[in-house]
Amino acid sequence: MNLLGLLRVAMRALAVNKLRSLLTMLGIIIGVAAVIVMIAVGAGAQKRVEEQIRSLGSNLLLILSGTTTSGGVRMGFGSSQTISEDDAAAIWREIPETMAAPALRGTSQLIWGNTNWSTVIFGVTPEYIDVRQWELAAGRIFDAADVAGATKVCLVGQTVARQLFGGADPLGQVIRVRRVPFTVIGVLESKGQSMMGSDQDDLVLMPISTARNRVLGTGNLAKQRSVGTIWVKVAEGTNMKAAEEQVRALLRQRHRLQPGQDDDFSLRNLEEVAATQEASSRVLALLLAAVASVSLVVGGIGIMNIMLVSVTERTREIGLRMAVGARTRDILGQFLVEAVTLSLIGGLAGIAIGIATAVGIAEIAGWRIVLSPESVLLAVAFAFAIGVFFGFYPARKAARLNPVEALRFE
Amino acid sequence: MTALLMPQSIPHLIRTRDLTKTYQVGDNQIKALAGVSVDIEQGEFTAVMGPSGSGKSTFMNMLGCLDRPTSGEYLLGSRRVSTLAGDELAQVRNSNIGFVFQTFNLLARTAAVENVELPLVYAGVPRAERRLRALEMLAKVGLAERANHQPAQLSGGQQQRVAIARALVTRPLLILADEPTGALDSRTSLEIMALLQELNQGGMSVVLVTHEAEVARFARRVLRFRDGQLVEDQVNTAPGDARAMLHAEALAA
Repeated sequence: MNLLGLLRVAMRALAVNKLRSLLTMLGIIIGVAAVIVMIAVGAGAQKRVEEQIRSLGSNLLLILSGTTTSGGVRMGFGSSQTISEDDAAAIWREIPETMAAPALRGTSQLIWGNTNWSTVIFGVTPEYIDVRQWELAAGRIFDAADVAGATKVCLVGQTVARQLFGGADPLGQVIRVRRVPFTVIGVLESKGQSMMGSDQDDLVLMPISTARNRVLGTGNLAKQRSVGTIWVKVAEGTNMKAAEEQVRALLRQRHRLQPGQDDDFSLRNLEEVAATQEASSRVLALLLAAVASVSLVVGGIGIMNIMLVSVTERTREIGLRMAVGARTRDILGQFLVEAVTLSLIGGLAGIAIGIATAVGIAEIAGWRIVLSPESVLLAVAFAFAIGVFFGFYPARKAARLNPVEALRFE
Repeated sequence: MTALLMPQSIPHLIRTRDLTKTYQVGDNQIKALAGVSVDIEQGEFTAVMGPSGSGKSTFMNMLGCLDRPTSGEYLLGSRRVSTLAGDELAQVRNSNIGFVFQTFNLLARTAAVENVELPLVYAGVPRAERRLRALEMLAKVGLAERANHQPAQLSGGQQQRVAIARALVTRPLLILADEPTGALDSRTSLEIMALLQELNQGGMSVVLVTHEAEVARFARRVLRFRDGQLVEDQVNTAPGDARAMLHAEALAA
């Protein structure tokens, strides 16, 4: 019998027990839907991590101020101001493949008219914009002259623009930061959430000199040139590891550290951090898919169970078919096609439900999902394979029946 | 040399030699058939009789190529089928033997015409031709206008006619009927026997397995089995005429 004929026989047999066929498919439907949803959610999470890595800026090294030890108590990173603007300048000067951007960080209240907002203030050099890959939504950035002259200008992030100015155009507005008036000369593009979940758009950038002298500078900080962080962008195509070692060597030399002495700063390669995160999100996605496929296997066992029942119920039919000339492969084919039809119809329904669920999750929970044709194809292939695998044993059992006994079966 | 020039004898339809079948039940060996040798010619109407356990069912399974003998030889037409196995036997059954069963064995929820088509499906006959031949056979058993009825919508006698049409559709060498009237009332039984007799008069060989003398009397030859052996091979010189009896009944009523 050809495939089309087998398919027709299978459809008829399944239609005889509609409810039973539907319940049998349910396992596969749930399994396939779960796999589709899990892959969509997993891929969405991975995609988000990738975007966050991109928003971080590529080929970045981050230098944090080092630790101090006072009376045997070791303080955390940044507890001592061990790196300075001069270090940044030296890195830029001595290592040609790099661009270094020092940053001073503090928090402050912003006041505009009768509204106010607390945010993070970064005192930076113009290179910072480039190193951190900020884009401008409007206006301009400050330049070296602004830094040299400590002019009172600033750029605001999208969150600040929204919270402080509401619908008004921030450009040209004067805001007060610790009673110092600043003119807003630019608005930054949105970067969204960071990997840690904090809002990257809630910030104000201003010339580092202005920040030190007018806003954040208190006590020693005003007199020194120290900074909390230095971002180092390494030119595309440069070996990150080698660049990292060069920077480390340079800083150790500038800080007069003896061999064997610990670094008084912390140097991090952000791509490594990002890569680790990406890898873990990939593992998570894989794990989700694996868990979901367990339900597919359970669905397959359901199919096998019902096919075994069906073979027993239809023993006489099998005997008759054998008597009128059905060969082993005809009977095997008939029951195999029936099992595969069950699993494939279930698979297709599962895909529809899976896609609908994934879209629903994206709508309601606001999660990022990625639906790929590959995952749909994978689900269909999996459903097919389940049908063949779990249908084979019952089909073989049917095909191996003895016609005399099958005909006599009550 | 002369032997080769002699006219070839027409082969027997069925020739068995020392056919045995032994079943192993626990430690005991049960001889269901203990050496049966019989020849059946083309166009014969043969009844196989015997009480249950006599080996007649086993014999019928052998003739129908549903089972293989433990030893002995079975030639169907000119083909030695006792040594065939599995799919080869299936092919022999498909093209040479038409089965009629006591319980009809029609596929439920399947139209009569599709039931009749079933053996042709396994013979690989194209769809259109299958339908044509099946309808032709249904007409032959008088059920042309019931072609699209499902078994549940047909009477027992009609169901058995569909089964006979199914047996005939591959143009087999013989019809093998196992208690074909066992589930029917006496009048319907007569009708079925009349149909089988008509087919036989048209040249079809019929082997009928029954334990009822009432049914066996329509056959022209009766084989009696007991304890796995053929104990009597009798020619019935005056077989009953089922059609005439039906007429007589109709007149009496």
